[in-house]
Amino acid sequence: MDMSGGSRLDPYVDRYAARTHGMTTSEIRALFAVANRPEIIGMGGGSPCVSALPLDVIGEMTARLITDHGAQALQYMGGQGDERLRELICGVMALEGISASADDVIVTVGSQQALDVVSRIFLDPGDVVIAEAPSYVGALGTFTQYQADVVHVTMDDAGLVPEALRAAIADVARSGRRAKFVYTVPNYHNPAGITLIEQRRDEIVAICAEAGLLILEDNPYGLLGFDGPPLPALRARVADGIIYLGSFSKTFAAGVRVGWVLAPPGVKEKLIMASEATTLCPVALSQYVVAEFLAHYPWQEQVKVFRELYRARRDACLEALEGSFPAGSSWTRPAGGFYVWVTLPEGIDAKAMLPRAIQGRVAYVPGVGFYSDGQGRRNLRLAYSLPEPDRIREGIRRLAGVLAEELDIVATFGGGG
Amino acid sequence: MSDLGHVLVLAGGLSYEREVSLSSGRRVTDALASLGVEVELVDIDAQLLPRLLQDPPSAVFLAVHGIEGEDGGLRDALDLSGVPYVGATGSAARLAFDKPVAKAIVGRAGVHTPPSVALQHAAFRDLGGPALLERVVERLGLPLVVKPARGGSALGVTVVREAAELPAAMVGCYSYDGVALLERHIAGVELAVSVVDDGSGPVALPAVEIEALSGTFDYASRYTAGMTEYHVPARLSPELAAAAGAAAVLAHQALGLRDLSRTDLIVSAEGTIEYLETNVAPGMTTTSLLPLAAAAAGIELGSLCRDLLHRAAVRGFSAPGAPL
Repeated sequence: MDMSGGSRLDPYVDRYAARTHGMTTSEIRALFAVANRPEIIGMGGGSPCVSALPLDVIGEMTARLITDHGAQALQYMGGQGDERLRELICGVMALEGISASADDVIVTVGSQQALDVVSRIFLDPGDVVIAEAPSYVGALGTFTQYQADVVHVTMDDAGLVPEALRAAIADVARSGRRAKFVYTVPNYHNPAGITLIEQRRDEIVAICAEAGLLILEDNPYGLLGFDGPPLPALRARVADGIIYLGSFSKTFAAGVRVGWVLAPPGVKEKLIMASEATTLCPVALSQYVVAEFLAHYPWQEQVKVFRELYRARRDACLEALEGSFPAGSSWTRPAGGFYVWVTLPEGIDAKAMLPRAIQGRVAYVPGVGFYSDGQGRRNLRLAYSLPEPDRIREGIRRLAGVLAEELDIVATFGGGG
Repeated sequence: MSDLGHVLVLAGGLSYEREVSLSSGRRVTDALASLGVEVELVDIDAQLLPRLLQDPPSAVFLAVHGIEGEDGGLRDALDLSGVPYVGATGSAARLAFDKPVAKAIVGRAGVHTPPSVALQHAAFRDLGGPALLERVVERLGLPLVVKPARGGSALGVTVVREAAELPAAMVGCYSYDGVALLERHIAGVELAVSVVDDGSGPVALPAVEIEALSGTFDYASRYTAGMTEYHVPARLSPELAAAAGAAAVLAHQALGLRDLSRTDLIVSAEGTIEYLETNVAPGMTTTSLLPLAAAAAGIELGSLCRDLLHRAAVRGFSAPGAPL
């Protein structure tokens, strides 16, 4: 191999599209590779506790499906997804007050693919997406791939702040840029663990309608509230102007990769075409498995099992934080879902601290990844969904020790910059 | 088929360089398998030692980077288990992996190395962080390179150009290791010189010149193809190229290393060769430097690894804690 003239080790480097320029490996990715090892108490990834599923039942069900319906379940199908599943999905959405036709539902490969196709049909380079601060990292990644700019809007303990949303919309308009939609996770927010209170929901919908902005309502956790029935979705209030994303990743199994979009009719047609261009059709076997589970298993009882399990883990997490985290820290108290959002004492950079945490055998996600503008250095996301309560308590104890060491170092250097 | 018998490539583990290590391990495993070697890639965990005792391999190739693979502990454990392995003994690896110690040893052997200090956090805490940093800046000047004393892949490394950036760089560095090396930044041509010993003495492979397009050869520049331009052999005069090779061989010998190593150097604007560090388990990924150098020398990676495994198997294991 002659490399005397120089080589960048990638012969295609000059051919990539402009949107790939940010696709580099990073120290954080390297650290997460370690965090997945069993020796580390992983409170980073938001993985559902699938071991709480009746795996034997699902195994038998899947075997029967293939035996009895393999010719369909192992075949291509329509790009919009299985009609029976779409009807069952309408039943799921009805629990959050949504009245919808199966005709307006598109099944996707997880709701991540839904984010992708929605972004593809709406976003031109330089368009603006308005999103909560912080916001789901997977959504930010998708918006960035379509070269959109994200403008963050403040949340408080009651969710997205209406006045801040109005101000952001006005700012974007003044700057001459075009906002295409508001991206929001109203229930048990990822990563913030906050829920948009009922009193603000109509106002948020009205603000967006007045500004001619679509709402992209991402609701994977809506059925996983700990304190009563689900709040009516934004989409339950009005059908126009809202694209609703749902998922079975948290209420059934992430590995089946089945999510969906409920969209206004014109949007729906474009989404189907965009989705077909990516996958031809959503995964047939997975759709059959989910449909069978919804149709023949008391799945709402299973969701209750998940809720109780996650509630116990949330409690363990909050109690441990209360008992061990230092003054100057604060955290949200989620009423459902998977996440606690922690603000660390002044001067601590959660990203810089991560190697020390990994060495201390505990992992979290640093806050900066949940912003597109560099905020979040003092924040971290803890996911309590996967570890057992005792492991959570131990993980928080370890993290408190890591934090004490880091505070000592930061104090030595006058605040750490 | 090779007569080497069953060999293992060890990779992964719990170090920060786990991902890089697994990538190195897979590449070495594939290269050996393509030559018909009976080889298996094994992740490091608590099952390793029982497994080595139950089914001892003829030799082990260490593709474990970072503290787990390079601080000597794993090598000592292999010696205790009676398993031969490619590369430095635990004692030698421990010296080489500690950058301040390696700089002192290689410097004493006659290779220039940039002025530096190695400081534990306690020194800053006891003497006052800002005051001690001020002294460091006064004596070493700016820019400075702040790096963990023990670690690789540029993790925790910051090039500090303004004094105001130092506190954050120190905090980031101490997150990776308890000792920080603060080293004068030398502008110049970055080189990686691999050294291989097939039994007839250590020989330097062609130097790889590194030109990070971002200006800093950081983690992303190392492992994202396209972000760095590599020149092999380096664009140096024959004299400088020979001097760089000699410096790498000298470092290999002074540190008491075996089989293979990779030494990172900088040729300053004045033409001085400056020693930075030596790796006892060099990366073997598709963007790693030793495989590039070997390819430039016409050495196929699989053959190189196979020959080194042969050598290790014949040599046998060392007495634990054997002197260099």
